[in-house]
Amino acid sequence: MLSRTADHLFWMNRYTERAENTARLLDVNYQTSLLPQSDGVALAGWQGLLSISELLPAYKKKHAEIRATEVMDFMVKDESNPSSILSCLSAARENARAVRGTLTTEVWETLNQTWLEVRRMVKDGEFEQDPAQFFEWVKFRSHLSRGVTVGTMLMDEALHFMRLGTFLERADNTARLVDVKFHAVETDFYGAANEKDQEYDFYHWSAILRSVSGFEVYRKVYRDVIRPERVADLLILRADMPRSLHACLNEVVGNLKMVANDQSGETHRRAGKLRAELQYGRIDEILATGLHAYLTQFLDRINDLGANISRDFLVPMPS
Amino acid sequence: MQKFDEMYTQLPYEFFTHGAQIRDHYKIYDEWLARQPGDMMAKRREEAEMIFRRVGITFAVYGDKDEDGAGTERLIPFDLIPRIIPAQEWASLERGLEQRVNALNRFLYDVYHDQDILKAGHIPREQIEQNAQFRPEMMGVEVPNKVYSQISGIDIVRAPNARGEGEYYVLEDNLRVPSGVSYMLEDRKMMMRLFPNLFNAHRVAPIAHYPDLLLETLRQSSPATTAEPTVVVLTPGMYNSAYFEHAFLAQQMGIELVEGQDLFVKDNFCYMRTTRGPQRVDVIYRRVDDDFLDPKVFRPTSTLGCPGLLDVYRAGHVSICNGVGTGVADDKSIYPYVPKMIEFYLGEKPILNNVPTYMCRNKDDLAYTLANLKDLVVKEVHGAGGYGMLVGPASTSAEIEDFRTALLANPSGYIAQPTLSLSSCPTFVESGIAPRHIDLRPYVLSGKTVQMVPGGLTRVALKEGSLVVNSSQGGGTKDTWILEAGLAPAASAMAAEPLQSQTQTQTQTQTQSA
Repeated sequence: MLSRTADHLFWMNRYTERAENTARLLDVNYQTSLLPQSDGVALAGWQGLLSISELLPAYKKKHAEIRATEVMDFMVKDESNPSSILSCLSAARENARAVRGTLTTEVWETLNQTWLEVRRMVKDGEFEQDPAQFFEWVKFRSHLSRGVTVGTMLMDEALHFMRLGTFLERADNTARLVDVKFHAVETDFYGAANEKDQEYDFYHWSAILRSVSGFEVYRKVYRDVIRPERVADLLILRADMPRSLHACLNEVVGNLKMVANDQSGETHRRAGKLRAELQYGRIDEILATGLHAYLTQFLDRINDLGANISRDFLVPMPS
Repeated sequence: MQKFDEMYTQLPYEFFTHGAQIRDHYKIYDEWLARQPGDMMAKRREEAEMIFRRVGITFAVYGDKDEDGAGTERLIPFDLIPRIIPAQEWASLERGLEQRVNALNRFLYDVYHDQDILKAGHIPREQIEQNAQFRPEMMGVEVPNKVYSQISGIDIVRAPNARGEGEYYVLEDNLRVPSGVSYMLEDRKMMMRLFPNLFNAHRVAPIAHYPDLLLETLRQSSPATTAEPTVVVLTPGMYNSAYFEHAFLAQQMGIELVEGQDLFVKDNFCYMRTTRGPQRVDVIYRRVDDDFLDPKVFRPTSTLGCPGLLDVYRAGHVSICNGVGTGVADDKSIYPYVPKMIEFYLGEKPILNNVPTYMCRNKDDLAYTLANLKDLVVKEVHGAGGYGMLVGPASTSAEIEDFRTALLANPSGYIAQPTLSLSSCPTFVESGIAPRHIDLRPYVLSGKTVQMVPGGLTRVALKEGSLVVNSSQGGGTKDTWILEAGLAPAASAMAAEPLQSQTQTQTQTQTQSA
C-alpha cells in the first residue's frame, strides 16, 4: 500500500478517536460542573483540562480568563484550535477524502456525513442548546465509524493502519484523562478526608469512570465501593478494559505485527517493551513512584512510538 | 411536458411547427411524466442532492466559496430528466467515433514519426511544429499499440443540417485528460435509485461496466516487459476540481491513486513508495497535464509530477495514458483537418461531420469572421472549459468590440464557427420543466481495440438560451439513455421476486430458543 495512503488512514482514525475523547473529557467536566462545588474547584477543572491537552497557551492568547463556556467553545468549535472537535472531525474527513478510494463506501459516507452534520450543528447552535446531547452525538458517530470500519473493511494493511491510529491515540488520550483527574485531587489522595469530601470524591471518581464508559465495568470487576487506586488500576492495567492503556497497547502491538517491514524491528521492540511493563506492572508500584511522573513518561513513549511508525511506514525517506 | 426539439425530426422545432414528426423514443417517458403528481420532481431533486452531498460527489471551483464561506466544494447540478437517443442512431454514432479516434491516433503517430501528412501538404508544417502542444521530445518514441489517446472524449451536438433535419456534429475532440465520466456513471446510479419504474418500462443500455473496459484498455497499454502490469491513477491531489473522479475511477478499478510525491525514478524505471518498500509502476493513467508531468523536462516548478518520468517513458519502461503530446491533435486549430485525416489515413469518408470552421489565420476567413462577429461563435484555439470564447448573438456590442481587438492582435489564435442551434432537451429548472441546450460527450477507449459504453455524458446549459454547457460555467449533467428497441422486460422481472424470498426463509432456520 502507498505510504501516503497509510499515513492518511492512520491520521483519519487518530482524529476520529481524538474527537471522541475530547467529547468524553468535556462531558465529564461539564457534568461535574453541575455538582455543588466552589468556583475555585470548577476553575481548576477547566484549567486542568486545557493544560493536560497542552492547549493552555493557545487558549490564553484568545481569552482573557478561564470560563466554562469559553473553554467549551474553544474545545468544541474553534477552528483555529486544531484539537477542537470541529477541527478533528474536519481533519478526519479531509484525510478520508484523500484516500476515499481505499475506504468502503460506508466508511467514507459515515465520515463525510459526520462532517456535514457537525458543521450544521455548530452553525445552528445545537451544541449550546444541549452540550450533553452534542457530546453524546460525537461519541455515537465515533462508535459508528469504528463499527462500520470493522464491519465492512477488508482485513488488510489498510485496516491495520487505521486500527494502529485508533489505539495509539486512545492510549494517549486515556493517559491524559487519568493524569488530569488524579492531578486535581493529588493533595488529598491518601489524606484523611472529611465526610463531605468523601461524598464529593464519589461523584468525582464516578464521573471519571463514566467518561470512559467504565462505571458499570468497575462495579462488575471489583464489586466494591469506588476507590481511586482501583480506578487507576482499571484505566491503566486491566487488559480487558477496552480503553485502558494495557488494552490499547495490546492492539498497537498486534496491528504493528501485521504490517511489519524490513526496517520496523526497533519500533516493535519498543512497543513490546511498553506493553510488557503494563502486563506485569502493579498499581501500588506505579503509585509509589508517582502517578503523574509515570503518565508523563508513558505519554513520551507513545509519542516516540508514533514518530517511529511514521518513519518506518508512513513517510519513508526518499531513496 | 413542454415540447422541445430533441423530440422532433426537424430542428429547431419552433421553425417547423407544422409537419415535424415526434420521435418514438420519447413517447413512454412523456406519458409517464404526465401521470406524476406535481411536486414529485421537486421532491426527487431534493433527495438526489442530499445523496450527492453524503456521497461527496462534488467538484471544486477555483477561487469560489460555499454560501457559508467554509469550503469550496459544489455539487454538480444533476438534472432529473434523461436525454434519450434511439439505439440505431447510437450505432451510427459509434461507428463514426471509432473511425474518428482511429484517425486521430494515426495522425499522432505520424506527427511524431514520418510526418507523411505534412509531406503530402494536407496540413501546413508550421501549424504542427509551432503549436504549443507539440512535444519535440516525443519524436521517434514508440508507444504501445501505436496509440496515444487511450481515453478520448469527443464532444457532439445535434443541430439542424441544410435540410432542417437533426444531425450529429463533432464540436471538439478532447485527447488530453477528458473528464466527466464519473458523472456519467453516478447520474445513472442516481436515476436508477430515484426512478426504478422508468427502467422497468424502458430498455436502457447499461453503462456500469465502463471501469472494467478502462482497466482492460490500460492493461493492454502496458509496456511489453511485464505480463502482470501495475496500473495506477495519477492525480494532482484532493484540491483538484476533478479529484472525486480520480478517486472514484481508482476505486472502481481497484488500483492505487497516486500523487507525484508517491512516485520516483530509479535506474530508468518508475516506482511508488509503499509501506513495504518501492513497487514498480507499469502504466500511469495520468490526470495531470503534460506541463506538470516531469519538472526535469517541462515546467521546472511543478510538484505534481515525477522528476525523470519522461526518460522512463521514452525508454518504454512505463506507459503514460494518455500519451505525452496528444494536445497537438485536439487543438482547435487542428480540428478543421480531422475529416482530411480520416480520408488520408483510413481511405474512408467521415461518418461524423465537423462544424464548418473559419480559421482566422487565413486572410479570407479572418475577413469573414470580422464582418460577422455578431452571428458567430469565436474560440481561442487553446481555450478550454468554455473560457476564452465569444458567442456573438449572446454578447453586447462592447464585448464584441473587445473580442475584435483581441482577434486582430493574434488572428492565428482563433477560429470561428456559425452559431449552431444546439438541440434542446426538457430540463427541470426553477420555473419548472423547460427546454435547455445540450451536448454529448462519449468516452472512446483505445487499447488493442476500440471500445466504448453506449452513450456518454450529456451536459446541459442550465441558463435559459445559453449554449455553454461546461460545469465551470453553470452547466449541468443528465443521464443519457441509449434506448434499445422492443418491449421492456418489466412483467417477467416482477414475477420472479416471490420465489426468491421463499428460498431465503428456508435457509434461515436457526432461531433463538425461547
